[in-house]
Amino acid sequence: MTDIASLKTELAAQIGAANDLKTLDDLRVSALGKKGRITGLMSTLGQMDPEERKVKGQALNELKNEIAGLIAKQESALKRQEMDGRLANEVIDITLSPRPERKGRIHPISQTIDELVTIFGSMGFTVAEGPDIEDDWHNFTALNFPPGHPAREMQDTFFLPDDSSEKGERAKKVLRTHTSPVQIRHMTANKPPIKIVCFGRTYRSDYDMTHTPMFHQMECLYIGKDVTMGHLKGCLTDFVQAFFGIPDLPVRFRPSFFPFTEPSAEVDIGYVKKGDGIQLGKAKDGEEQRWLEILGSGMVHPNVLKNCGIDPEEFQGFAFGMGLERATMLKYGIPDLRTFFESDVRWLEHYGFDPLSRPNTAAKG
Amino acid sequence: MKFTLSWLKRHLDTNASLDDICAKLTAIGLEVENVEDKAKLYAPFKVAYVESAEKHPDADKLKLCKVKTEKGIIQVVCGAPNARTGMKGIFAPEGSVIPNTGDVLKKGMIRGVESQGMLVSEREMNLSDEHKGIIEVDEKFAIGTPLAEVLGLNDAVIEINLTPNRIDAAGVRGIARDLAAAGLGKLKALDEKSVKAPGKSPIAVTIDDNDGCPLFLGRYIEGVKNGPSPQWMQNLLKSVGLRPISALVDITNFMSMDACRPLHVFDADKIKGNIRVRQTKKGETLEGLNDKTYTLPDGAVGICDDSGVVALGGIVGGVPSSCTIDTVNVFVEAAYFNPQRISRTGRDLQIDSDARYRFERGIDPEFTVTGMEIATQLILELCGGRASTIVTAGAMPKWQRTIDYDPAWFQSYIGVDVPADKQKNILESLGFEISGGKTWKIQPPSWRGDVEGKQDIAEEVIRIYGFEHIPLLSVHSESSVADPAETLTLSRTRKARNALTARGMDECVTWSFMGREQALAFNDNKPLEALTLKNPISSDLDVMRPSILPNLIAAAGYNHDRGQSDVALCEIGPAFKSVKPDGQAIVAAGIRAGNNSARHWAGPVRGADAYDAKADAFAALEACGGPAASAQITRDAPSYYHPGRSGALRLGPNVLAYFGEIHPAILDEMGIKTAVSGFEVFLQNIPEPKKKGTEKSLLKIEPLQAVSRDFAFLVESKVNADDIVKAAKSADKNLITDAYIFDIYTGKGIEPGKKSVAFAVTIQPREKSLTDAELEEISKKIIGAVIAKTGGTLRS
Repeated sequence: MTDIASLKTELAAQIGAANDLKTLDDLRVSALGKKGRITGLMSTLGQMDPEERKVKGQALNELKNEIAGLIAKQESALKRQEMDGRLANEVIDITLSPRPERKGRIHPISQTIDELVTIFGSMGFTVAEGPDIEDDWHNFTALNFPPGHPAREMQDTFFLPDDSSEKGERAKKVLRTHTSPVQIRHMTANKPPIKIVCFGRTYRSDYDMTHTPMFHQMECLYIGKDVTMGHLKGCLTDFVQAFFGIPDLPVRFRPSFFPFTEPSAEVDIGYVKKGDGIQLGKAKDGEEQRWLEILGSGMVHPNVLKNCGIDPEEFQGFAFGMGLERATMLKYGIPDLRTFFESDVRWLEHYGFDPLSRPNTAAKG
Repeated sequence: MKFTLSWLKRHLDTNASLDDICAKLTAIGLEVENVEDKAKLYAPFKVAYVESAEKHPDADKLKLCKVKTEKGIIQVVCGAPNARTGMKGIFAPEGSVIPNTGDVLKKGMIRGVESQGMLVSEREMNLSDEHKGIIEVDEKFAIGTPLAEVLGLNDAVIEINLTPNRIDAAGVRGIARDLAAAGLGKLKALDEKSVKAPGKSPIAVTIDDNDGCPLFLGRYIEGVKNGPSPQWMQNLLKSVGLRPISALVDITNFMSMDACRPLHVFDADKIKGNIRVRQTKKGETLEGLNDKTYTLPDGAVGICDDSGVVALGGIVGGVPSSCTIDTVNVFVEAAYFNPQRISRTGRDLQIDSDARYRFERGIDPEFTVTGMEIATQLILELCGGRASTIVTAGAMPKWQRTIDYDPAWFQSYIGVDVPADKQKNILESLGFEISGGKTWKIQPPSWRGDVEGKQDIAEEVIRIYGFEHIPLLSVHSESSVADPAETLTLSRTRKARNALTARGMDECVTWSFMGREQALAFNDNKPLEALTLKNPISSDLDVMRPSILPNLIAAAGYNHDRGQSDVALCEIGPAFKSVKPDGQAIVAAGIRAGNNSARHWAGPVRGADAYDAKADAFAALEACGGPAASAQITRDAPSYYHPGRSGALRLGPNVLAYFGEIHPAILDEMGIKTAVSGFEVFLQNIPEPKKKGTEKSLLKIEPLQAVSRDFAFLVESKVNADDIVKAAKSADKNLITDAYIFDIYTGKGIEPGKKSVAFAVTIQPREKSLTDAELEEISKKIIGAVIAKTGGTLRS
């Protein structure tokens, strides 16, 4: 037995001292190979009596396994050592920029529209659409602009040549001055209850610091049997608070006038002055609560309902509209309206939005 | 509409503060746009007496003053040369805010002497640039008199933004009436006794144009003495921005602002014969009081005498018949004009006058007589003279109407309960007359021509009762499953946008209009008259765009000029084919200009090309659920694309998309220096999805591994890659699942006019593994099919 023990000690020491794979392999051959020392010892077992063979055989097997294990362990350690040596020379410049991948951005107006679809969708509104090139009837007459009303002949309506295949007011083509004609198209084609929101390009012939000849509006319409001004107030308050992400944003309703609503209300949101800028929200103690007008609203005028074939004695409801650029500028702190349409990539990449991070009312910010 | 607080108080008995009045005005629909309250601004600054002014012990130019204020004697150090014993000046106490600097005045030590306030200059008060000395005040003003009172500026000026329906509030009295109804005071009674008028008018009036002028009152007053109007009237007019001229003119302006009753006063001696109200004839002229001479159109309302038109009714008077300082006899006109006629003439001649503003919105017809009496009284008071009886032509137009109104209906419309008696109080205080039982018969007052139906009545009630009392009612849907909010087009717009921006394109929003010359090139040179604006904002924005591409190409040029030459831009929006409602296509368009990326250490850069555009078009199409892979590819893109490097994706006649390089001639014309590739996907041409529901088709994963085989063919250069792929795939429709080209080679070793095309075919064994012989058989079929289709030869 001492043979085995001393052999084990000797081999273990040699394996531990082997510092390259060649030496280790030679050791393996000399111990476990066909002519190896352990193999040699094992071949002597046949000559022993059964009792002795049993004891010695077990001891030799253990020795064989232990030595094989030690060799494997040492081999793996040597390989790792070799790899470490190689990796020590494999150094890249980690300060280099990664390979370029273009990143596009979503225009702020589209972001706002996506956000509004989410908000109004959650309130049960569906989107309606209409053409940018409208006719006089849909843009004015049906909306209760009386003949000779200054707005109809205003300098700021864009006119197109008459459509010779139509007659009267429907032949007179204009670029829609607001999204309200979408209401008319929808109410003429559908029966109440009607609960729609629409978004789109609108046009007025005005171009200065705060006006562009094309801009975007949003319009909301809810007609039913018992839709009241209370619903208008509730809907608008929910919407502006959700849109601006300010749960206690003060909302003020003021009587006003629009030809297509009665009663009409303008809607202001509260802000306070902060240095040279403004901050939307409720004034704290000692601050002055100021107001910013953001949209027009009201109960749909009975003449408008009648013009669309809806009986105002049976149905009633509200409508409101808002300019999207202004709302976007307020929410995202964009200073200049005209820059929205310049397509300057520096602007688009700064004020634009990540295509992989789309609006979701469940997410904050 | 501007007025002052004291003017308001001529009609309204109230103790309300200026702030309360302004808040209430806004709350009832007379939105306050601006308040100029000098009294408040100057409140801390009051008259003080300089008891003594002696030299400062340590400074030659400073004086040590003992100033007597309403709060006692105060020590002030003052540098003004005019500071002296016995004068009165304006004292600013500690803690007051100096208007010129906005600084809060603090107690100071000046050269060792305490100074507890200051005597101010005009510049410090923002009154002028004068800063050489302090303000000196007449000794008649008592110590403690506010500066605003000294300056006569203690009347706050309020400006309201008047909505077009509320012309009754274009007179101070109308505003007072609204405030009284809203509980902010009591409307004072109007002094409207009629004038004793024994004389008979030497000037008669007839109306030919009854439509334009239903009612005309005239009054002759003889022996007046014109001159400046009294100070109170001048102050009121000046404070609302009107220049005092003479008593006779100022009275008409005052009546217009005070009672919304425009009047005209003629110099009676300059009227030839009698007054006739008739339609003007084209070519007649009028030298207007606004210093412009007008050539009149047919059909304006002309106030005429024997010499012709002397005034444009309801719009502007004429110079020849106007009053001067020497006028002795006058003829006063109070008439009612048809709003539409006034509006049309005013617009045609572009005359904006206070009279037009009021008449075209419909003033109170009943007030014509009262207005005449009040104006006569003022003339007699201020200018003397003897009045004749009123001459009347025409008749009072019928303005009365009755509206049926059930006060119980109010809550079902507005959403808040206002008790019937409260509603009645509000309406009556606004001048509405109510009769009847459960359903009321309501007659609106003569000054509220805008009130037509029960909804208008509800508005009157709620604006006075207060919008803040309307409850917030939820409109959130009761169903747990809402209809999808987006339309198909809007969904596609959003998906295309997300796909394109995710591929590195910046989304733009460009004008819907563009320059006509350029537009023609993007409309295959077909005419665009029907889409040309009659009144464009400029000649380069005069036609509705037939394509989005030119705007994006121009945007690339804009960016190039600003040092950004490698851009990728997209826009999803309308392009216009006709003025019809369906003549508008929603298009996802994009361009890539310059290189695909900036220069980079990791490899060479390449220019964006038609294949990028094709990939973009595919991405947008696929995002929208379009059949990108199965669409046919044809070579018939429009002429603004490169003829050899462009194509169309179509389903039969239905074009889904165009893509390719933009024609270099067009880029030249647009001054674009880099190559540009672009695409247009027509979102509404994509077939509607057939499948409804959320379930996906079942995935079957083959248990056996697929095999790939590579082939290389030598074919004519003009052979389409797609033909090779399709031929290869057709060799065994069951087992071949894919074929794709991985190499195209021309050049050394390949004869001119030919190309080498290498492709891989994926073969999917189905029930059992394929033997070598079976695979060989499939390969042979592939080779045969490609040779048959292309006439090429297999490269060994």
